[in-house]
Amino acid sequence: MIFDWNAIVPALPELLEGLQWTLWIAAVGLAGGIALGVLTGVALTYGSWQLQTPAQVYVALIRGTPITVQVMFIYFALPILMNVRISAAAAGILTLIINSGAYNAEIVRGALNSVPPGLREAGLAMGLSFRKVLMHVIAPIAVRRALPAMGNQFVAVVKDTSILLVIGVGELTRRGQEIMAANFKAVEIWTAVALIYLAVITVVAVSLRYVERVVRLP
Amino acid sequence: MNMVEFSKVSKRFGSHLVLDAIDLRVNRGEVAVVIGPSGSGKSTLLRCVNGLETVSDGDLRVDGISVRGTARDVRAIRLEAGMVFQQFNLFPHLTALQNVMFGPIQSRGRSKAEARQIASALLEKVGLAERMQHYPSQLSGGQQQRVAIARARAVGPKLMLFDEPTSALDPELRQEVLKVMQTLAAEGMTMIVVTHEMAFAKRVGTRLLFMDGGHLVHDGEPGALLANPPSERFRDFLLHVH
Repeated sequence: MIFDWNAIVPALPELLEGLQWTLWIAAVGLAGGIALGVLTGVALTYGSWQLQTPAQVYVALIRGTPITVQVMFIYFALPILMNVRISAAAAGILTLIINSGAYNAEIVRGALNSVPPGLREAGLAMGLSFRKVLMHVIAPIAVRRALPAMGNQFVAVVKDTSILLVIGVGELTRRGQEIMAANFKAVEIWTAVALIYLAVITVVAVSLRYVERVVRLP
Repeated sequence: MNMVEFSKVSKRFGSHLVLDAIDLRVNRGEVAVVIGPSGSGKSTLLRCVNGLETVSDGDLRVDGISVRGTARDVRAIRLEAGMVFQQFNLFPHLTALQNVMFGPIQSRGRSKAEARQIASALLEKVGLAERMQHYPSQLSGGQQQRVAIARARAVGPKLMLFDEPTSALDPELRQEVLKVMQTLAAEGMTMIVVTHEMAFAKRVGTRLLFMDGGHLVHDGEPGALLANPPSERFRDFLLHVH
């Protein structure tokens, strides 16, 4: 078979439009997932049982079910249960936030627990409130320790945007599928789609390496 | 008023009685050296003073404030009682200077410029003027512990607690730390020092406390106690630390 470059060029504008959606959804999902993950991780690590229990249930629920089922549930089932209409893009973003939040929470918990307890005591012994100790002593160290694992999670979020095709969000994979359905150039289109993901993820991974290097302690 | 006042203080970990109805008064300017076998309760005794351990029974007052008071009271005590740990516990993400500036800024609300002045003066005092920009991992154990002493002082405490400050150090690094502590004592700082350094106890201590099994067994002038051990148990202990 001959690789038909001519099939890719006309498809590019549409694929790049899909990419824009992918990047937008991933960015919001990442930011929301980090915020939710940090809050949940702190609750898991230091919370009273009233905070810990719901946090544990949330993490168990998300880790125990496939993301495809989660997005279906949020898009199709939640509106029925709560009597609200929700757009596919909103459902998709919400799914990514909730999903990556659970994984981030476990990363944050691990990082917080890895900070030597003596540092917390040193902060407290100076008369600081626990909140200040958390912000100025524990967090700066925990963030550095969480970075490598968080990087994996960032990459996962970018890739997980592709499952939103099941609810019809016009992200990159969905666009590829639509183009392919019209011209049957499966090899060319899926190669192009894969390469675009690869490029984006390479940029994310390299940037994270750079950040890790900048904040590394001597 | 006494600087530190234990009234029938007991501490339990589960069913284990670590401190058994301790009565103890430490006056201003005293250097009380606490010795005893491991598990005798000496670290717990020290950690109760600044509320790192809670008291199970009795009352403990630091400069008149009870450790059993509100969270605000406990924080007030911690501002008065600086602590130096066996493992130094310097903040690894801050330089020596930033470590010492941390207390003045975060717990006393000083400006950065004021904190820098306090911190560099104290680091100079412990002989680390040349090492201010180093991170803890770039310093020797002895240097780290001297930074830790400066860090505790920077908050402006009236009392300093030392929890085996030289136990994690190689013998040749201990002297530089002990010398800093001796200077501090000479300046009139009230100190409670948990240690195995008998020479320090004799030279610097104004008072020697021997603990065993959660009890304060002996309490007296270091020279006299060491010259004439009043009990078999104490004699035995001394043989083992030497």
